[in-house]
Amino acid sequence: MEQRPRTLVEKIWDDHVVVADEGAPSVLAVDLHLVHEVTSPQAFTGLRQRGLKVRHPERTVATADHSVPTTPRGLPFLDPLAAAQVQQLDTNCREFGIPLHGIGDPSQGIVHVIGPQLGLTQPGMTIVCGDSHTSTHGAFGALAFGIGTSEVEMVLATQTLLQRKPKTYEVRVDGRLTAGVSAKDIILALIARIGIGGGTGHVFEYRGEAIRALTMEQRMTICNMSIEGGARAGLIAPDDTTFEYLHGRTHAPHGPAWDLAVETWRRLPTDDWAAFDRSIAIDASALEPMVTYGTNPGMGIPITSRVPDPAAASDPAHGRALEKALAYMDLTPGQAILGQPVDVVFIGSCTNGRISDLRLAAAALKDRHVAPNVRMMIVPGSDEVKREAEREGLHEIFRAAGAEWREAGCSMCIAMNGDQLAPGQYAVSTSNRNFEGRQGKGGRTFLASPLTAAASAVAGMVADPRLLPGIEAVAGIGGR
Amino acid sequence: MPEPYRNFASKVVPLPAENVDTDQVVPARYLKITDKAGLADVLFRDWRFEEDGSLKDPPFVLDRPGMKGRAILLVGDNFGTGSSREHAPWALEAWGVRAVISTGFADIFRNNALKNGVLPIAIDPITHARLFELVGADPDAELRVDLAEQGILLPDGTTIDFDVDPFAKLMLLRGTDEIGYVLDKLPAIEAWEATHPARVDTREDAPAAS
Repeated sequence: MEQRPRTLVEKIWDDHVVVADEGAPSVLAVDLHLVHEVTSPQAFTGLRQRGLKVRHPERTVATADHSVPTTPRGLPFLDPLAAAQVQQLDTNCREFGIPLHGIGDPSQGIVHVIGPQLGLTQPGMTIVCGDSHTSTHGAFGALAFGIGTSEVEMVLATQTLLQRKPKTYEVRVDGRLTAGVSAKDIILALIARIGIGGGTGHVFEYRGEAIRALTMEQRMTICNMSIEGGARAGLIAPDDTTFEYLHGRTHAPHGPAWDLAVETWRRLPTDDWAAFDRSIAIDASALEPMVTYGTNPGMGIPITSRVPDPAAASDPAHGRALEKALAYMDLTPGQAILGQPVDVVFIGSCTNGRISDLRLAAAALKDRHVAPNVRMMIVPGSDEVKREAEREGLHEIFRAAGAEWREAGCSMCIAMNGDQLAPGQYAVSTSNRNFEGRQGKGGRTFLASPLTAAASAVAGMVADPRLLPGIEAVAGIGGR
Repeated sequence: MPEPYRNFASKVVPLPAENVDTDQVVPARYLKITDKAGLADVLFRDWRFEEDGSLKDPPFVLDRPGMKGRAILLVGDNFGTGSSREHAPWALEAWGVRAVISTGFADIFRNNALKNGVLPIAIDPITHARLFELVGADPDAELRVDLAEQGILLPDGTTIDFDVDPFAKLMLLRGTDEIGYVLDKLPAIEAWEATHPARVDTREDAPAAS
């Protein structure tokens, strides 16, 4: 039977529907369930109260990332609540038989960094986690999205989830990025265009020449921030770049199973003539480095632009929101964002805490020094990223430049682990959220790429990475 | 197990902010709990309290006289963006909120709210603006939320209709939770799994699924 053309999302969806009752959401099978310490304890309590087991502990994996300090591992947790939470995860994983990459385990790290690193994240899968940045795993052509704690409990108990089929949203990015502009700038530009609610109810599929040209780590940066555009998931069709990244990783298929898997994965990309519910096109060659100026990720501008004026807003509600954001940020309408002094620069997080991000930062910092008024924190996304960076000597470059080289974790992206801004401080951050207080109560965040962050650390103010000497060479650094 | 969701009448807490993210609803530093205790106190914590724990002056809307006990939160566009933390609806529920009215909700927040007896009601922008006007003119206006009929009854006797996912509505009205519903499907899940081998094995050093 000739099937109608389907999108990547529809193919994954169809492959995972267990029950589709009239009027009810589908029961969707979950291939991989990632668990961390913050959004899981109440779910395990629920299981105990109901007398339930974890249906598939061998399709579940846990790590501690959000509330762990990034100070040297030998030191005790200063925060007893955080210590208790991490301890609780340990207890829960033991009791229910779930593999845990906790503190001290060589695979510990941010949940969205270790999944791909271990080869657990694979094309065509359904992947969930009690964390909105689960969309990261979409870079492999997996349908991956964040869920709440009640849903975590459901997945633990049944290895399925009740879901309505999402709508599809094509994000076509053609053209070539220019030197100094990176994956982070593509996603910040998209969100600035459609707003933080623009993708609500949809799943993004990123396509086009500029996307195909990206490495897996760059694709992860883009998919990671799908949620900041309102879409629970965002994915990219698997291709040779994907397979090359996966091949040989611990949990990737091996031997004859690998060839079989690749053959199956090659059938996943969206068919010609398949229809999307919505569509948008972005010209990568016209993009500049992006930076946010406000209190949500949609409040972003090209780095050479000026802060918008609330009085010029088309809608009074937007005007008021903008006014409130600028008051919080203590910025003036019409001012340049370039040259805005910064106190802290943070490189890390599930958005930009991978080895290629650190290589870019190191290239920009080599033989330079962080400005005297700036504290620069560089936090690897996982213990493995840390070891790799140290094998390459990147940590020496960071330390010589006057930056702090820390242990793996979510760190100052979420500021619930001791790493945070003081009230009123400005940060250039490679993380994903600039909400009020996100990086510490009263802290002010400019979201940007690792290159922009490193250039700003050296300048002591928001700076254009395209002005870094030798930027063409720097921008070519990265890897898979 | 949740209680069945019943009709109720309440005055309104107006919060005319758009794109309210869940970091505002419950700041991340309060996510270190392993239960659901104390969340009412940290609801909108940084909008309500100064550094030293005293109330803001003037107080945030939740802390103004006569607001405690109100069960309807009327907010700006696109409520509940950002983090997936279910602590947000837990905190709203703990404070006493049973319905949030906006023009739209972030997907994860909407799902989480529906599982905790907090009804996310999305209405069109014109009706939404009218509702803010009504509450502005009469801050003690009482609205009646009828989930079965999918309507908000206004003091003048007119009704605002709203859509709700029919399945979520059924779960709320019955006070059933979805885990029970899916557990009933276990035979179908077992049958599906019998023909769909696992794609990975997360155990240490386990050979990958073939």
